[in-house]
Amino acid sequence: MTEPLLSVRDLRVTFGTRDGDVCAVQGVSFDVREGETIAIVGESGSGKSVTANSLMRLNFGSDVRIEGQILLNGRDILAMSEEDVRRLRGNEMAMIFQDPLTALNPFYTVGNQIAEAYAIHHPNTSKRDLREIALQSLQKVGIPEPNKRIDQYPHEFSGGMRQRIVIAIALVNSPKLLIADEPTTALDVTVQAQILDLIGEMQQEHGSAVILITHDLGVVAEITKRVLVMYAGRVVESASVSDAFGAPSHPYTLGLLNSVKSLDSDRHTRLEPIPGSPPSLIDLPTGCPFHPRCRFAESLNGECISVIPEMKAVGNSWSACHLPVEVLSMSMKDSQ
Amino acid sequence: MSGEVVLEAFDLKKHFPTGASKLLQRPTQVVQAVDGVSLSLRRGTTLAVVGESGCGKSTLARLLARLIEPTAGSVVLNGVNFTSASAKQVLKMRRDIQVVFQDPYACLNPRHSIGQSIGTPIRIQKTMSRDDEKRRVFELMELVGLSVEHYNRFPHEFSGGQRQRAGIARALALQPKVIVADEPVSALDVSIQAQILNLLEKLQADLNLSYVFIAHDLSVVRHIADEVAVMYLGKIVEIGTPEAVYGAPSHPYTQALMSAVPVPNPQAGSRRKRIILTGDVPSPVNPPSGCRFRTRCPKVQDICSSQEPMLIDRGQGHRVACHFPD
Repeated sequence: MTEPLLSVRDLRVTFGTRDGDVCAVQGVSFDVREGETIAIVGESGSGKSVTANSLMRLNFGSDVRIEGQILLNGRDILAMSEEDVRRLRGNEMAMIFQDPLTALNPFYTVGNQIAEAYAIHHPNTSKRDLREIALQSLQKVGIPEPNKRIDQYPHEFSGGMRQRIVIAIALVNSPKLLIADEPTTALDVTVQAQILDLIGEMQQEHGSAVILITHDLGVVAEITKRVLVMYAGRVVESASVSDAFGAPSHPYTLGLLNSVKSLDSDRHTRLEPIPGSPPSLIDLPTGCPFHPRCRFAESLNGECISVIPEMKAVGNSWSACHLPVEVLSMSMKDSQ
Repeated sequence: MSGEVVLEAFDLKKHFPTGASKLLQRPTQVVQAVDGVSLSLRRGTTLAVVGESGCGKSTLARLLARLIEPTAGSVVLNGVNFTSASAKQVLKMRRDIQVVFQDPYACLNPRHSIGQSIGTPIRIQKTMSRDDEKRRVFELMELVGLSVEHYNRFPHEFSGGQRQRAGIARALALQPKVIVADEPVSALDVSIQAQILNLLEKLQADLNLSYVFIAHDLSVVRHIADEVAVMYLGKIVEIGTPEAVYGAPSHPYTQALMSAVPVPNPQAGSRRKRIILTGDVPSPVNPPSGCRFRTRCPKVQDICSSQEPMLIDRGQGHRVACHFPD
């Protein structure tokens, strides 16, 4: 097998706060191959956005500690100088943010902002060429009348259109890796469908790998093949989308799926929520961080409460759970 | 559907003036946020209103609870005209209709303890002595699954889900008949959403409550609704039982909306045919003539721009406003 494009090893991110250290990400490892789309799902506070920001080294401030390795094409991003990272950002890897209004500068025309992203990495481009490149990018992302729109400001665009512009900026240098952090959360469903389609098309055209950060399991099922499920700063399950949704191998994944009301499900069937709420990252439970909410935790002799589970293979998936594989797959079947 | 009608709206309209200031003496523009909505809600049932942002669903919720005054039309609560009621009457009628808001962080006063917040409606209405109020608040906290030891805690000490429980407890304080819930779960994580939805359903069964449930999430709505109304640009375009609206959507907008929802099932996802609408929702300042959906509609014809389609019953209360329904 070829070398993965991106290889994250034992990533740990800690924020120092007045109330103590917040371990937002605790030992996350995963690989992304060229042209692949993976999703990272989790609830708020699970560490998915912190992971994404770390990949671009966007977590700054004096109280942040980032440990581990992030290898992009074999080079460790965490060991690079700020200058080298800047050369990568927007060039070899780019990011689409959640809120397109705050991601764009209100004082510059959208054409300028696209051109800027290109000019930074291609300093000797003429103004006319830059304008041409900005025009083409607008066209590619489906902005009608690009000739007129290129000189407009972000506030003159709707939310969906703004997100198209953010995508145009992210893709102007044909990055090898595209990180999309909740790209459609701020958008309406009909517009969300347009943007998801666009990301798919753009990916095919540029051959970029995509890391999609989302809390929406529907979005995951729709556009990715592989998924990492995060809980309290750890990856608890890593599997193909069909395995994760068809035969989840971690009780949390199962709980998430049961909480989601599918459009196909019957009315007034009682939902099965996960009891309790996600733990505080300052004061994590001992052992498995999910054990206070896990309905299988009691069946083991205190192992869940004392020992942090390691990732182990369950069929084709990887899961961080103490339950024996057979018990796990059996109970999963029962409760589905 | 059984039960008497508890809440009715007749041709409700809300137009917000916007644009040029009065100083400039220019004609002000008008946002037609809600433009002619009629509906009725029966006791013990849930009417869900769905639509995308800007369709007027939250304005409708506010009109129904008379948090804002309608431009035209009326709301009838328990057979009494709520819209023309005097301020004194309104205060009394509010006991029967309460609101649960979207943002559990914004709807509780950060300087009031949770217990104080939940008891506020009782103090405003002066229906109980202080001691009884406290007892009632304890009761309510238990009812919604909050621990009574938390009476003196402040909102920042609670999680989003717990705050929403407090918001629900406050709405229940006066034993209302109708609850208008404006996106009550959209600010919550999925695992918590299910908890709150189950709570709302349990309360409905126990207390015979009627809900107007405003949401943009179609799957949430399917779970809780007895009747679903789909709004687009200030108007109801389709209304009916969830079986009808989800099973056989007849308005092209409803069809597109349904097909755009990502389904958490990889197998179903690839099988489904998706209708992707082009463009964005037009501005409610200057809505299209005739049918408001015509600018994005795949089935548009000449009649759509000249004549506005009315809601027409297609059997069993399934009503659709389209010239060419399926």
